[in-house]
Amino acid sequence: MTGHLVLRVVAKLLLPLILLFALYVQFHGDFGPGGGFQAGVIFAAGFILYALIFGVRQGRRVLPGWLAHNLVAVGLLIYAGTGVATLALGGNFLDYNVLAHAPAEGQELGIMLIEFGVGVAVSSAMIIIVYMFAGRGEDDGEEDRE
Amino acid sequence: MLAGLYSFVSAGLFVVMDAVDVAFTEAAVGAGISTVLMLSTLALTSRRSKRSIRTRALPLLVVLVTGTALIYGTLDMPHYGSPGAPANHHVAPRYLRESMPKTNVPNVVTSVLASYRGYDTLGETTVVFTAVVGVTILLGVRRRRPNRPRDGGDDS
Amino acid sequence: MSTFLGLYNYWIVVLLMMGGFYVVIAQGNLIKKVVGLNIFQTSVFILYISMGKVHGATAPIIARGYHLYTNPIPSVLILTAIVVGVATTAVGSALVVRIYEAYGTMEEDEIHDQDKSL
Repeated sequence: MTGHLVLRVVAKLLLPLILLFALYVQFHGDFGPGGGFQAGVIFAAGFILYALIFGVRQGRRVLPGWLAHNLVAVGLLIYAGTGVATLALGGNFLDYNVLAHAPAEGQELGIMLIEFGVGVAVSSAMIIIVYMFAGRGEDDGEEDRE
Repeated sequence: MLAGLYSFVSAGLFVVMDAVDVAFTEAAVGAGISTVLMLSTLALTSRRSKRSIRTRALPLLVVLVTGTALIYGTLDMPHYGSPGAPANHHVAPRYLRESMPKTNVPNVVTSVLASYRGYDTLGETTVVFTAVVGVTILLGVRRRRPNRPRDGGDDS
Repeated sequence: MSTFLGLYNYWIVVLLMMGGFYVVIAQGNLIKKVVGLNIFQTSVFILYISMGKVHGATAPIIARGYHLYTNPIPSVLILTAIVVGVATTAVGSALVVRIYEAYGTMEEDEIHDQDKSL
């Protein structure tokens, strides 16, 4: 799809809006519909749009495979790490009350942290899945270092 | 395309039923990811499908029997939208009451997902991680494609 | 009649569910089976969400002036279920791709024949 000028221009215009909207949904998940899962999927959709229109090779140059693989694990570790942090601070596992000076603030901070972890994990997961499927059809290209 | 339309319609249904978070997720997932997945799978395999010659009577019978049993089972369920349903009386009122004072988060779905049922969400994220590991194992190792026997020639 | 008006959502769900079930067991093509599973999955989501709805209530986001909210718990369950469903569909499609590369076909009976002739 490298010859379609209208698609390329529109994609370049829309891409920052999509990523910004994903960040908005992520951090406003407390006050309206949204949260980690939705934001992760929308963020991944932006990258997938880029990879579909400009080619998977170009997409891999922007977000390499090894980075996406590491980000999935990092997202999960942020989530579990928050739980371990609450353990270290004296509460139960995933008991956010101990994270800040007041229980309500601690809950807000905890919720925001784990939603961020979920968002990172889900977005990287979707990007990896599409990379794997799209990369299967190519016989050339570099080997996937794991 | 039909799959995308199906996701869109079900997202609309979710909005009608006041579950806006779920509608959001279904719209994003259905329009963005599912369609790309199906198209990639079709592109990597064959678009042809053989017209089936086996009899369809037995599956139809199984489906009819199961459907009748399910409909018989739903006759006892609470009516659509009734506030007195048992599902609405156990912990849901407590969550709705205590979400704002205890967590300062107006979106009750987020607070239940992240705080009251945070342990379950950790498990779900691990499931997504495991699925990614599975897809990477299955499709990530590059090898030269063998000569596949094609049924009836190439189509494009 | 009032039974029908009260229960029609469950019956629509059962219809969709049986449609998906039929596609899974009657179709021989592997991709169509995966699509049937997806239809089944979505019908289950609709079942759960419709069980949580309350007439005259609003979405479960606490706002001033509203007193009746829909049940948030089914939304929570289905939210994660949707993303997990996409992930498992991805694994299923990856399996279909590998099966196609190994056997050269996607029809179930042809795969069985190739297995039997080994």
